[in-house]
Amino acid sequence: MKFAVIVFPGSNCDVDMYHAIKDELGEEVEYVWHDADGLDEFDGILLPGGFSYGDYLRSGAIARFSSVMKAIQKAAEEGKPILGVCNGFQILLEAGLLPGAMRRNNSLKFICRPVSLRVENNETMFTSVYKQGEIITIPIAHGEGNYYCDEATLHQLIENRQIVFRYHGDNPNGSLDNIAGIINEKGNVLGMMPHPERAVDQLLGSADGLKMFQSIVKYWRETHVVTA
Amino acid sequence: MSLLLEPSPTMIKEEKLYREMGLTDEEFAMIENILGRLPNYTETGIFSVMWSEHCSYKNSKPVLKKFPTEGKHVLQGPGEGAGIVDIGDGLAVAFKIESHNHPSAIEPYQGAATGVGGIIRDVFSMGARPIALLNSLRFGELTSPRVKYLFEHVVAGIAGYGNCVGIPTVGGEVQFDPAYEGNPLVNAMCVGIIRHEDIQRGIASGVGNTVMYVGAKTGRDGIHGATFASEELTEQSEAKRPAVQVGDPFMEKLLLEACLEVIKSDALVGMQDMGAAGLTSSAAEMASKAGVGIEMNLDLVPQRETGMTPYEMMLSESQERMLLVVKKGREQEIYDLFAKYGLEAKDVGKVTGDKMLRLYFRGEVAAEIPVDALAKDAPVYHKPSKEPEYYRKFQTMASYLPQVDNYEETLLSLLAQPTIASKEWVYDQYDYMVRTNTVVAPGSDAAVVRIRGTNKALAITTDCNSRYIYLDPETGGKIAVAEAARNVVCSGAKPLAITDCLNFGNPEKPEIFWQLEKAVDGMSEACRMLDTPVISGNVSLYNETNGEAVYPTPVVGMVGLVEDLHHITTQEFKQAGDLIYVMGEARQEFGGSELQKLLEGRIFGKAPAIDLNTEAKRQNELLTAIQEGVISSAHDIAEGGLAVALAECLMNAEDLGAKVAVSGDIVAELFSETQSRFIVSVKKEQQAKFEQLVEAKLIGEVTNDGTLLIENERGEAIVHLPVEKMRGVWKGAIPCLLKSKA
Repeated sequence: MKFAVIVFPGSNCDVDMYHAIKDELGEEVEYVWHDADGLDEFDGILLPGGFSYGDYLRSGAIARFSSVMKAIQKAAEEGKPILGVCNGFQILLEAGLLPGAMRRNNSLKFICRPVSLRVENNETMFTSVYKQGEIITIPIAHGEGNYYCDEATLHQLIENRQIVFRYHGDNPNGSLDNIAGIINEKGNVLGMMPHPERAVDQLLGSADGLKMFQSIVKYWRETHVVTA
Repeated sequence: MSLLLEPSPTMIKEEKLYREMGLTDEEFAMIENILGRLPNYTETGIFSVMWSEHCSYKNSKPVLKKFPTEGKHVLQGPGEGAGIVDIGDGLAVAFKIESHNHPSAIEPYQGAATGVGGIIRDVFSMGARPIALLNSLRFGELTSPRVKYLFEHVVAGIAGYGNCVGIPTVGGEVQFDPAYEGNPLVNAMCVGIIRHEDIQRGIASGVGNTVMYVGAKTGRDGIHGATFASEELTEQSEAKRPAVQVGDPFMEKLLLEACLEVIKSDALVGMQDMGAAGLTSSAAEMASKAGVGIEMNLDLVPQRETGMTPYEMMLSESQERMLLVVKKGREQEIYDLFAKYGLEAKDVGKVTGDKMLRLYFRGEVAAEIPVDALAKDAPVYHKPSKEPEYYRKFQTMASYLPQVDNYEETLLSLLAQPTIASKEWVYDQYDYMVRTNTVVAPGSDAAVVRIRGTNKALAITTDCNSRYIYLDPETGGKIAVAEAARNVVCSGAKPLAITDCLNFGNPEKPEIFWQLEKAVDGMSEACRMLDTPVISGNVSLYNETNGEAVYPTPVVGMVGLVEDLHHITTQEFKQAGDLIYVMGEARQEFGGSELQKLLEGRIFGKAPAIDLNTEAKRQNELLTAIQEGVISSAHDIAEGGLAVALAECLMNAEDLGAKVAVSGDIVAELFSETQSRFIVSVKKEQQAKFEQLVEAKLIGEVTNDGTLLIENERGEAIVHLPVEKMRGVWKGAIPCLLKSKA
C-alpha cells in the first residue's frame, strides 16, 4: 500500500507521519507538496498536523485553497482512505469534507499531553483492529481542538455512528459531546485531534496509534485481494 | 524620521546626540579617529549598536577568555552562531543559549517568542537541523499581578513560536524570587543535529561574490534593540516598546526548511542570521571574519514600510531574516531553492576586497566604515572589580540552623514553593513531542531526545541556582555546572559540553563585575574538572530595575550523550521492593536553601560547599552503574533536600510508595542542600553488583502502599504522607497562585 503525506507550508508533523508509516508500519510512503495536482498513484492520503500557512487566520482556513485539495476531494469521492490529524482535521473541516468547526480550547491555552480515548466505532476502515470500546492512549497537541457542530449535525453523527473517538475521562478542550474524532458518512474520511502517529513506539510512551494504520492497511489488502 | 530631518554630523557631536544611542564621549572620539572625520547619523547608529555590550561583549570579553573552550570532541567553539560537538557516526550536535530579558520585560509574549526565533536561526544558520528547544526563566514572586502577567505571557510566547515552527520544547527550568520582580530573565536554548560535512560558518569570502538577503521584509521594529538590551530597565523603559520585535514563526519555518536545503548546495559560501543589530552585524561580522569588505545597495533591501532611511534599515531588528553570500554566477540556483518555499532571495550587494562596509542609498554613499572597527576591533574594557560588603558579611556569619517542629508540614510547604512545585502548567503548553523523538518528557532530571537512525540519544538540561551564586559566586558557579552534569548523568548520559547565558547586573558597578568574574572562575573550574568545555554562550548585562540588580544568574545549558537507548534512566521509582540508596552525606548546609527562604523569607549566610573531586567521582560511579544496567531510577538531590527529592521520585510512579529511615541530625538529613548527592533505586537482585560499583548508603525500599514513610533511628514515623496528597499540593501550587487574586 502506498501512502501520501501532504505537506502544506507550515506542516510540521509530516516527518512524524512519514516515519510512522515507513519505520513502524513498513509500508510505502511519499511526501506530496501542497501544489501537486494529482494523487492517483496513492492508495491512502494523510494530512499531518502543524500550522499550515501559520494559521494566523482560522486553523486550516488558507490551506483548504491549496491546489492539492482538488485531488484530495477526488480521492475522497473515489473512496480512498483519507486521514486528517490535528491541523489535517481542521483543514478537512474547512474544506467541507467533514461537518462541523473548531473553536479554541476552552482553557484558551495550547495543550500537549497524552490523553485517554475510547474507540466508539471499530467498524470503520480506520479502526477495525481496535476492539469496540477499547481505551487507548494517544497524545494531543493543539490550541484549537474544541469541536463544535449544530444540533442536527450532532444528531446525525450519533445516528450514523460517525463519532469514532471520544475523550475518555477528562475532556481536554471542551469539545461537544467529548468528540475527539469523526468520520464522513461514506466512511473513508476520518478527522481527529489526537496524534496517532505520535503513538507508534513504546519507547516514546505508547504504541496505541499503530492499530489505526494497521486497520487502514488491512482494509486495503482485503479490498484489493478481490480486484488483483 | 525622514532623511532630511536627521541631525547633521556636527549636531551629533556638538549636542552629544550619540549619548542617547549609548556611546560615551571617549567612544565617539575613537570613532572620529577611525573614520578621520565626523560620522553621519547612520554611521553613528551603526557604531552604537556594534559597540553595545550585547554585540561587542566589550565589558565581558576579558572574563569570557577564562572559560575552557577546547576538548577532543569540540568541532566549533564560541564565536559562531552555535558551538558544535562530535557525537560519533559522522554526526555532531550544535547548540547555544541566548537571553531575551529586556524585550520580555516590556512585551512578554513577543519578547519571549522572538527570543526563541533568534536562537533557532543561530542553530540552523550553522547548517544544523534544530531538534529541541529548552528555556530558563526567572520571575518575581507569583503574588503580584504584573509578575503573573509576565509569567503567563512569556510562557505563551515561547509556546506560540516553538509549537508553530515544529521544534519540541523539551525542558527547562523556572524559578521565582523577588530579585527578578522588575527584570525577569528569559533565556532560550536550541539544540540541533548536523552531519560533519554540512557545517557552515558565517563568513563572506570571495571578492565579487554576491550578498543576498532572504526572509521577512525589513520594517521599523526593533530599532536599537541591542542598545536597549545593554542598559538598565527604568520606569521610562515602557516607552522602548518599539524596540521589541514581532515574531512570525511561519516565516521562520519556511526559512528553516529552505536554508537547510541551501546548505547542501556548494553555491553557498556563508550564511548568518540577522539577529541583534540586524543587517549591520551580520554584514560586518561576516566580512570581518573573512578579512573582506561588503558593499550593499540599500534601495534593494526588501522593505515592509515606505520611506525607510539607511539608519532605520541598518538598525532594524525585524525577525526571520538571513544574509547569505553566494558564489558569483550561481545565484539562480539559490533563487530557485528559496522560490520552492515561496521565499524570494534578493541580491543586495557584493563582497569587496577593501575591508569596508559601504552602503549606498539613492545613488549616494550613506555609510563607509572599516568592518574590523565594528567587529573584532571594537573596544574592550577591563572594569574594576570589588568584593561586595554583603559577601564579606555572609562569609563571617555563624551557620544558620533552622528550627523545624513538624516535618510533614514542612515537606508539604516546600512542595508548594513555586520553584519546587510541578511545572506542568508551563510545559503542557509546549509541544514537547513533535518530531517524535522525545523519550523523556519535561519534568525529569534532563530531557532525553533520541537521534533517529542511531541507537543514541541526547540528554539536555538547563540549570542555575542563582541563590547560591548570589551568596558566593565562585562556589555557586561551580554548583551550576555540577548540577547540570548531575541531571545529565542521572538520565544515563555522559556530559559533553555546555553553553552559558551570563545574566548579571550593570558591570560598571565593581561589585557586579566581581560577581561576574567569580562566577566565571567557578564555572570554568567545574567545566575543567567535569570535562565539559564551553562551546557557545551569550552575555546579558544591565539586568537591573531602578538600580537594583537581579541575582547573578549564569544559566548553564548542558548536552550529554546517551550511548545506548537502554541507558536512558528517569527519576521515578519503578517497582515495589527496589532498594533505595543515597550517594553522599548530608551536612548542616542551609544557606540559600528553600527551607531558609521558606522560614526566614530571605536568604543569607554561606552557600553549600562543593568538592569537585567528589562530584566527579560520584558522577562517574553513577554513570557506570547506569551503563551496567543495575540502576532502576536516579535523581539528584537539589532544592529542598532529600525529603523533596524522595517525594519527586514518587510523583509520576503509579501507586508506589517508599519507606526509608534517617538518623543523626534529622533536619539536615531531610532538608539540607548539601551538594553532589543522588537518590537511586536498585532491583534487589542487583544489590551486590551495585554496591561493588557505587559507594552509597541503603536507606530503605520502594513500597506499593502509595505513601512516603520516613522513620527516625528509633523506628518512629516522622513523615507519613499519602503520595496523592503530596502530588495534589505539588501539582496545584502554580495553577492556584495564578488563579488567586493578588
